[in-house]
Amino acid sequence: MDLQFLSETEPAVKTIGKNLTQEKQFMAREEKLAKKEKKHYALESHMLNAWYGEKKILNDINMKIEANTITALIGPSGCGKSTFLRLFNRMNDYIPIFRKTGDILVDGEDVYQKRIRIEELRKSVGMVFQKANPFPKSIYENVAYGLRIQGEKRKSVLDLAVEKSLHQASLWDEVKDDLKKNAMALSGGQQQRLCIARALAVEPSVLLMDEPASALDPHSTHRVESLILELKEKYTILIVTHNLHQASRVSDYTGFFYLGDLVEFNNTKDLFTHPKKEQTENYISGKFG
Amino acid sequence: MFTRKIKELIIERALLLSALITILTTLGIIWVLLSESFAFFKVVSLWDFLTDPEWTPLFTQKHYGILSLVCGTILTTGIAILVAVPSGLTIAVYLNEYSTKRMRNIVKPLLEILAAIPSIVYGFFALIVITPVLQYFFPSVSGFNALSAGIVMGIMIIPFISSLSEDVLNAVPNSLREASYGMGATKFQTSFKVLVPAASSGIIASIILAISRAIGETMIVAIAAGQQPNLTLNPTVPIETITAYIVQVSLGDVPQGSIAYKTIFAAGLTLFVFTFILNNISFWVNKKFKQQYV
Repeated sequence: MDLQFLSETEPAVKTIGKNLTQEKQFMAREEKLAKKEKKHYALESHMLNAWYGEKKILNDINMKIEANTITALIGPSGCGKSTFLRLFNRMNDYIPIFRKTGDILVDGEDVYQKRIRIEELRKSVGMVFQKANPFPKSIYENVAYGLRIQGEKRKSVLDLAVEKSLHQASLWDEVKDDLKKNAMALSGGQQQRLCIARALAVEPSVLLMDEPASALDPHSTHRVESLILELKEKYTILIVTHNLHQASRVSDYTGFFYLGDLVEFNNTKDLFTHPKKEQTENYISGKFG
Repeated sequence: MFTRKIKELIIERALLLSALITILTTLGIIWVLLSESFAFFKVVSLWDFLTDPEWTPLFTQKHYGILSLVCGTILTTGIAILVAVPSGLTIAVYLNEYSTKRMRNIVKPLLEILAAIPSIVYGFFALIVITPVLQYFFPSVSGFNALSAGIVMGIMIIPFISSLSEDVLNAVPNSLREASYGMGATKFQTSFKVLVPAASSGIIASIILAISRAIGETMIVAIAAGQQPNLTLNPTVPIETITAYIVQVSLGDVPQGSIAYKTIFAAGLTLFVFTFILNNISFWVNKKFKQQYV
């Protein structure tokens, strides 16, 4: 009787077992999907707080940035937007009094984990600085630098990367005949585009730009801006800018920082035309800042 | 009002005078060197002076070939530079890029003490410590030799290179560091591919200054390198440098006005020409290669 019961229930047990494995598979798939979903965000910050010594710089910043978009960070000086930008390639590490809590994720991975190699991180997260900072080397060596420090020695590979990057930075036509010329001899706008080319040469997935056009004349600014728009296809771009018109011209999303808070983060059009917060409205209408 | 004007005038004149004293001293030295050397070259032809392989003005068989002294100077200086440049540069890069600020503030003054130790102490250190150590490993090394003196001289001039190079490395704009680190470079790559090349003019100037110091160094070579003019590049045998020769003759009882006495000035002039050329190269390098960061 008992035995018979057992044999009768056996298929049921089997079914449950089957269901369980199915469940597992389903869960695994879900997880994968979730991960994929996560991958969807190129850059993320969770409850990010940062300090310089005792001074608090950033308060509970949560931000999710999709791949292949341009996000502008605006706000008055000292609002923490540059500090925030520099979290993504850990350039704040060199400031001894800097500390932070919360997570910074690039492609779904916490970049402040112990096992992350900072050099590897910076190969995928390139940076362009406020002041053009080419090395006092030739144009060619500037662009080839990133590959050279990775150990690339083949001239053909370097040649190709240099040409491609200079094309991408729309500088090729101006410098193709004197790649051996010292980069310091270029104009300010050319130097900045060279720095962009240098950052692109290692094929990063993210490009951080810290007021890349603030030191440039209007013409060069225009060139850099149209360049940024072209780069969107391949890169996720995070750009800090003081120039509100620039933010509205180039970005898909805009985040407004004020006194360490991310006051408002929305798509650029909405943020500029229908700001939800009063502070944002005051800032973009020029009432302060 | 009137007394004030007088005071101003006195101060101005006093400042001018002190400035003039240094210039006049320099001119005086050059004049003495040139005039006494001129008297020397009336007796010895410039050709003999530059080509004769032997230097024996104090012997009966007299030869006046400066080459063997120049050779001694170049040999000891060369060894000193081989010691000082790699270690000085490594120290500079370490202090600048690797160590903490506190460490740098402690180590740098400590290193500069090396340059403050009297060179006679170094001389005896070479003679009674380094030479026996060298002889332990290479028994053929003689008691007086260029190697021991050169090594110790190299240690002495390390701070010239490390301190000055650290200063110029420190002066490289931070934006270049950021650019390099931002590209994913390591500290080592940033130091040797960006910072050292960017600071190269200052580093070269510091090396030339160290060479000048080594060429002019007297006590160490007089004590540890021997006093035997020797046209050789073998660092294990006794040699004599220009400076050591001048000491030797100055201390001896050479009658004033004799030809042996005049050799001091010919040798001194040679030394002066060397350091003068080096100073000018240093000046030129600095001017020509100095990177302007706008």
